[in-house]
Amino acid sequence: MTGVPFRTEPILTVLSQHALPVAMPLEEDELYQERILDYYEEPYHRGACPGATHAHEEDNPLCGDVVRVELAIDDGKICDAYFSGDGCCISQASASMLIEQICGRRLDEVTAFTGADMLRLFGAKLTPNRQKCCLLCWRALQAAIYSPIAVGPVETESGEKPAGGSHDNCH
Amino acid sequence: MTTATKDQLDVERIRADFPILATILHAKAGTAGVPLAYLDNAATTQRPRQVVQSMVDVYEKHYANVHRGIHWLSDQSTDLFEEARGKVAAFIGSASTEQVIFTHGATESINLVARSWGDANLKSGDEILLTEMEHHANIVPWQQAAARTGAVVRFLPITDDGRLTLDKFDEYLTPRTKLVAVAAVSNVLGTINPVQEIIARAHAAGALVMVDAAQSVPHTKTDVTALDADFLAFSGHKMLGPTGVGILYGKRELLEAMPPFMGGGSMIRRVTTSGFEPAELPARFEAGTPPIVPAIGLGAAIGYLNTIGIDAIHEHELRLTRVAHEVLTAVGGVRFLGPDPEHKSGIVSFTLEKVHAHDIAQLLDRQGIAVRAGHHCAMPLHKRLGITASSRASFYFYNTTEEVERLGRALEEIKRIFRRK
Repeated sequence: MTGVPFRTEPILTVLSQHALPVAMPLEEDELYQERILDYYEEPYHRGACPGATHAHEEDNPLCGDVVRVELAIDDGKICDAYFSGDGCCISQASASMLIEQICGRRLDEVTAFTGADMLRLFGAKLTPNRQKCCLLCWRALQAAIYSPIAVGPVETESGEKPAGGSHDNCH
Repeated sequence: MTTATKDQLDVERIRADFPILATILHAKAGTAGVPLAYLDNAATTQRPRQVVQSMVDVYEKHYANVHRGIHWLSDQSTDLFEEARGKVAAFIGSASTEQVIFTHGATESINLVARSWGDANLKSGDEILLTEMEHHANIVPWQQAAARTGAVVRFLPITDDGRLTLDKFDEYLTPRTKLVAVAAVSNVLGTINPVQEIIARAHAAGALVMVDAAQSVPHTKTDVTALDADFLAFSGHKMLGPTGVGILYGKRELLEAMPPFMGGGSMIRRVTTSGFEPAELPARFEAGTPPIVPAIGLGAAIGYLNTIGIDAIHEHELRLTRVAHEVLTAVGGVRFLGPDPEHKSGIVSFTLEKVHAHDIAQLLDRQGIAVRAGHHCAMPLHKRLGITASSRASFYFYNTTEEVERLGRALEEIKRIFRRK
């Protein structure tokens, strides 16, 4: 099995598949809209990342939200990404959206993805307090890129790759 | 059933004294908006016109610094300030006004004891016994005191339904226990703790007791003399008063033996270049200009509470708590934190299956219902309960059964939003 090609579409275009019609103003009323609840209730890649090389956990002690990001990074690319955690709909749905968005991306694309981009990806208008919930996974991701874990890629890549290994898992 | 038996207090008339309770929220073009249901009284209460007016009157007619000027306004201000102290003393059954210290809140009151009494009396190996249901304000000052003195902080466990395990009290109360610090009412569970029994048993073991009464004084009768409490702390803003004023009550012999907490004006008898001599009680612990107008406002708040009657307040809140338990049980998927209504104050904390506390609070706000969500400054308690956050509805005598029923209906709606399939 060979690795999937690099994703080449501009980052954030995934959003357009789910986005509400432009005419509809994105107000707080849409905070619990179907699209966000879908990501919350049927999350993308929630769990442990097979062959993870990097990981970081962030929490928000004020509300108790926790998000852990695990990445399988190879050759300057995020080959696989998973999140786990506990918290409100905003923190968990935003994590689900972000992981889907960055899976299969080059690291330079991911580091260039700003907090403002994250809020835009989330879509619904958030008060400053809830923005912290939305940015929790983004903070965990940005730190995870620089946080290699003890079991390195060399070990994982020696021998046969496990099913759901470090390639071809972003879709 | 007549209105009189359903709500024995004339809640409608009472609410007319609280303009903020008539607020309509989220009104947009073409929509009527929703009426406010303020169910966050354990965080802070609202205040009636009478309290606000009392403070306006001071500023407009009587204001000057207290205990200082030899002039007419200062005398006026001092009289009103000391009158307020007298009202507080009578409200909590203090034997004298000198034992009632004005602080800036319950948190400062507890810190005062931890710093002053703690540093002077605790030594390495001594034990401070807290409970698992304490607010951070009754945990952290003792952890800090322990770090300074080498004393050890221990926690009396709670039961799964949020009550103290008094059968284990003697086991935790050792000859090294110098102080027991306990909430009279838990700010999360609402549990009414048997403070009288705790004090008697602690005294028998040679320990003093600090009572965190922030959630009890506003809602139930408090008699520090009958309780034989050594220290007792509470805040003005949780009982119709303004923020910025709190009370420390202490036994006279204990307070007189304690070194001053903060140094400054007012707290001294005389100062020389070589040192100072502290003042008598209560000035000894009131360095600097005190919260003059908030203290007078607190006095007015106590006057208002007295006209309603503290027993009637407690009865009304118990009724609301019972309704809340019925209504929330009917919603389904609700886990109550804390005991049955009979054992608690007007505080109902809960979790709702599959929905995080912050999402509940945000969605309730759309219906105009104000509740608290999070760990409510009680992280060790939430850890003990195996959760990170909860939602809390907390009542005061101006809340209605209708508001509590609205809470139930809103939670049903929230359940629908999160279980679409």
